[in-house]
Amino acid sequence: MIGILRARLRLGHQTIAFPGGAARLPARFRGRPALAPDRCAAGCAACADVCPTGAVLGTGAGGLAIDAGACVFCGRCQEACPARAIVFTRDHRLAMRAREELVVRGDAPTLARALDGRMRRLFGRSLKLRQVSAGGCGGCEAELNAAGNVQFDLGRFGIQFVASPRHADGLVVTGPVGANMRDALRRTWEATPAPRLLVAVGACAISGGVFAGSPVCGDGLDGAIDGVPVDLYVPGCPPHPVTLIDGLLRLLGRLEGDRPESLAGAP
Amino acid sequence: MPGRLQRARSGEAVAEAAVPVLSAADYQGILADTLAAGHRLLACWGEPRPEGRVLVTAAIAGDRDPTVGLLSTLAGGPLPSLAGECPAVHLFERELAEQLGVVPAGHPWFKPVRFEPPLRPGPDPWGRTLPLAGVAGVPPFFAVEGEEVHEVAVGPVHAGVIEPGHFRFQCHGESVLHLEISLGYQHRGVERLLAGGPTARTVALVESIAGDTAVGHALAHARAVEGLAGVEAPPRAAALRAVALELERLASHVGGLGGLAADIGFQPTASACGALRAEFLNALAELCGNRFGRGLVIPGGVRFDLSAGEAAALAARIDRAWAQVEGTARVFFRAASVRNRIDGIGVVAPRLARRLGLVGPSGRASGIATDARASHPFPPYDAARLTPAVQEAGDVAARARIRRDEAAWSAAFVAAALRALPPGPVAVAVPPPRGDRLVISLVEGWRGEICHAIRTGADGRFARYKVVDPSFHDWMGLQVALRGQQISDFPLCNKSFDLSYAGHDL
Repeated sequence: MIGILRARLRLGHQTIAFPGGAARLPARFRGRPALAPDRCAAGCAACADVCPTGAVLGTGAGGLAIDAGACVFCGRCQEACPARAIVFTRDHRLAMRAREELVVRGDAPTLARALDGRMRRLFGRSLKLRQVSAGGCGGCEAELNAAGNVQFDLGRFGIQFVASPRHADGLVVTGPVGANMRDALRRTWEATPAPRLLVAVGACAISGGVFAGSPVCGDGLDGAIDGVPVDLYVPGCPPHPVTLIDGLLRLLGRLEGDRPESLAGAP
Repeated sequence: MPGRLQRARSGEAVAEAAVPVLSAADYQGILADTLAAGHRLLACWGEPRPEGRVLVTAAIAGDRDPTVGLLSTLAGGPLPSLAGECPAVHLFERELAEQLGVVPAGHPWFKPVRFEPPLRPGPDPWGRTLPLAGVAGVPPFFAVEGEEVHEVAVGPVHAGVIEPGHFRFQCHGESVLHLEISLGYQHRGVERLLAGGPTARTVALVESIAGDTAVGHALAHARAVEGLAGVEAPPRAAALRAVALELERLASHVGGLGGLAADIGFQPTASACGALRAEFLNALAELCGNRFGRGLVIPGGVRFDLSAGEAAALAARIDRAWAQVEGTARVFFRAASVRNRIDGIGVVAPRLARRLGLVGPSGRASGIATDARASHPFPPYDAARLTPAVQEAGDVAARARIRRDEAAWSAAFVAAALRALPPGPVAVAVPPPRGDRLVISLVEGWRGEICHAIRTGADGRFARYKVVDPSFHDWMGLQVALRGQQISDFPLCNKSFDLSYAGHDL
């Protein structure tokens, strides 16, 4: 028992200060890309040529755009660009409410909007989520689990992953939605009581990611469950736990702008 | 190994024409003899050939010979199954049937592996045609009959944040008579997407074979491509790759110990390991910006370097984190409440493990002293003189101890390597792969032996890309480990194997 306590004391306090303080991201972390279209030379497509997922939607002064929903944040485009028109910043705030908002251009970054009043009242203080892996590599699952550990401690915000869809307020889906998981995903959605949220985590679930165009997969969660829209997209390959937490807190209206609006509770 | 095989070192490309194409009887005779003599099947795959025939190629290896043996046969119809004699081949035979229609006649449990559409047109041996949407996990399942026998079906969607799979337990009361695991839910066509490469997508794709083994698979791929191109990564790149591979092992093994502790309900180690695993993931991120080492390893070398100061700081960080892991692991293995749950649970006896062809920590916990870092080393492992960690008990405790011991080696290796990084560049230019070559690349990932086999066409493109994740060998181990166990011990047994669904399902 003494040994257990001693080992515990040595470990100390582990939980990061975010969102009240620093998120402790590594120096080389690649978050939101910042684009400078005016530097982008017409006719050059060096970035698009090296992109593994076709995330560079256009080049040139008028068209330079990166789809953060397809991007795997490898940084190859930044390496390839002779004009430094693409620079990955350490900004972890990547989650968005609408698919088209994920497209990064030369303008100022936007942030995920909060749910409307009723949904916010329902889920703002307590959000129970059920996770479904629908294809994919297991990387996003590893980060979702990490989000719940003592370091990131998702539980301190009243957000938890639960064992059954019956107990859940929404689904968090990872993977491109492979043919072999389509039916199980639909049935899990049907087992989740309404009102419910649908969250796509990772490049695969948003756009098919590295598996886009596979003959045995869909290209992500959009349209995978007949007509059900996605409420939150969390980009990354896999998303950093801080990106996930940031997205969920913004969805719940508990984080606005650069500062936590109120950590004590929802409106 | 018999003289009729083509031998090649891991990562050394040989001319396609050099691999002997034997008669079916000779091919199978050699395969059965070498496996019976203690060699292991690394990979076995098929490629369509004219007139409905299939070129079947096997890669085998032993512990004392640092080469890989290659042999082929041209199958025009069913091949007699070797699974009864050599259970280690049973899943490879099913895979070959599912992908290319080569039926293993007399296979004891002939079912699809991943419920994937065939790699060539026409119905598969089960009469299924395209599209095959949503048919994974279909019967039959191995069933036990009897008045008091009942069946428990779990999955594909599980209670935790884990990947999907379907488990069928045949139970008598609380005790499990048999467990069958049906996978394929994570199938996303990796081998299909890799064929025709290399492309801009290739590296990101191999990093997504198993997301927790991104470095291992990227390294197996990079070494295969370097072999095909005839170049070698510079010493500094080799050292940084090994650092990344061992950090991946550290993160996974420490996380795995924490997972076991969580399943037991031993909170001190569960929460400590959760935080300490992050230390090693964050170390990978300090190196390349991604916690799973994505984007680091490329054919020709690595994309990121460390300054002397950064390397020294990282080494000190690893030392500190490891000292804490040692403390929490000591508490874990000493606690009576832990011992009570892990000793003698989920046993795979050494003889059975050998017959099933288990690899990695799951095999080494059952007395199989095989580790590709020792048997098929590449720089810097050739100078590291690793002695594989080995246990004989084959239970949950043995698998846990293997992981602790291997992590200890990795921690010492990483800290030492970071303090003695060789000078020089971290990458060389890689010319296009040579045509009509075959290469086998072996890397000991944290779950065991990762094997990538690439055959190039005349144009130097990947004509066939075969991936074998160690989980493919080891899932059968979990199934037999459950026999005679309480069904309530399943999560613990499952966690002790810690296998990849994605790596199996491709």
